[in-house]
Amino acid sequence: MTFKLGLVLALAAAPALAQQSPYAEYQRMALENAPVELFELGGEELWKKRQGPKNASLERCDLGQGPGVLKGAYAGLPRHFADTDRVMDLEARLLHCMTTLQGRSRQEATKRVFGNADRPSEMEYLSAYVARQSNGMKIAPGRTHPKEQEAYDLGRKLFFHRAGAWDFSCASCHGEEGKRIRMSDLPVLSNPQFARPLMATWPAYRVSTSSFVTLQWRMNDCYRQMRMPEPTFGSDTTIALIAYMMATAAGEPYRGPAIKR
Amino acid sequence: MAAGPMRMRATQGAGFTDVRVLMTHPMETGQRKDADGKIVPLHFIQNVTVKLNGKVVVEAETSQAVSRNPVFSFRIKGGAKGDKIEVSWLDNKGESTSIESAVA
Repeated sequence: MTFKLGLVLALAAAPALAQQSPYAEYQRMALENAPVELFELGGEELWKKRQGPKNASLERCDLGQGPGVLKGAYAGLPRHFADTDRVMDLEARLLHCMTTLQGRSRQEATKRVFGNADRPSEMEYLSAYVARQSNGMKIAPGRTHPKEQEAYDLGRKLFFHRAGAWDFSCASCHGEEGKRIRMSDLPVLSNPQFARPLMATWPAYRVSTSSFVTLQWRMNDCYRQMRMPEPTFGSDTTIALIAYMMATAAGEPYRGPAIKR
Repeated sequence: MAAGPMRMRATQGAGFTDVRVLMTHPMETGQRKDADGKIVPLHFIQNVTVKLNGKVVVEAETSQAVSRNPVFSFRIKGGAKGDKIEVSWLDNKGESTSIESAVA
């Protein structure tokens, strides 16, 4: 009987132990030695590199704070842009600048948006460079324009919308407290308490794949894991989800680019 | 990422200097296969040298066991603000890169 009781107590204590897991310490140590800076350097080079039919750089790209202004730009995204009359996240906006400023075709610019360890993509380098300039600034995506509200509402709806072969939604994995997948926590992203610390670290260097990952990649891969059709890069769907999650994390000082397992 | 830029930070402490250097290198172990099933040839940094004002203070032999894009930290005795720190590496293909910065 006492043995049984001991077992029950041990099981009850397990979740508490999981919370003090060495994962936090691992994350701290990995961040210290992550080569995030190398991606930022690569991004700076690409930002200033003249390319495309117009042989232009991205230096005049308006990310929401005015042409060429990078400081705080990432923390203020996604937001509505008057020139396209669309809510755009960082990657959709970068793509917009590649097509308008550099004169590249959408097809060419999105040919390889997700890279790998051997060859990171342009989007990954650029995301690292741009996001760094918002480090320490509060996350404040646009919430005032009607289209921004529309994106938020759509994102929220999509977050809970079950579909696909497995009848999954984002909330199937990210809707309950205290859940993990292997070593990674599954934060409840509809709750600011959990969304804030998480969203403040994207985009990030992913240790297990030695690559840099962006939010568009995260949306794409979550859809794959849910066995849903692949979303289009920079589509209204992915932007709405990012807008919803960033808005849920609003007010948190941005701490990225950080690291992922 | 192919071998590329380095990033370094050298900060002065009480009687010592901390050097942290980040290198871009694929650090191939020679055991990995590519998409076509061919072995990716061995490619790794084999020597790392640290110089303080031109004088060699650290000489390291590294193996393919070191990770891709490695970060190295060294604590060097002495060193004053403005002193020149130079870090260079040499890999098994004979490629090398170096970076120089002043102690802050």
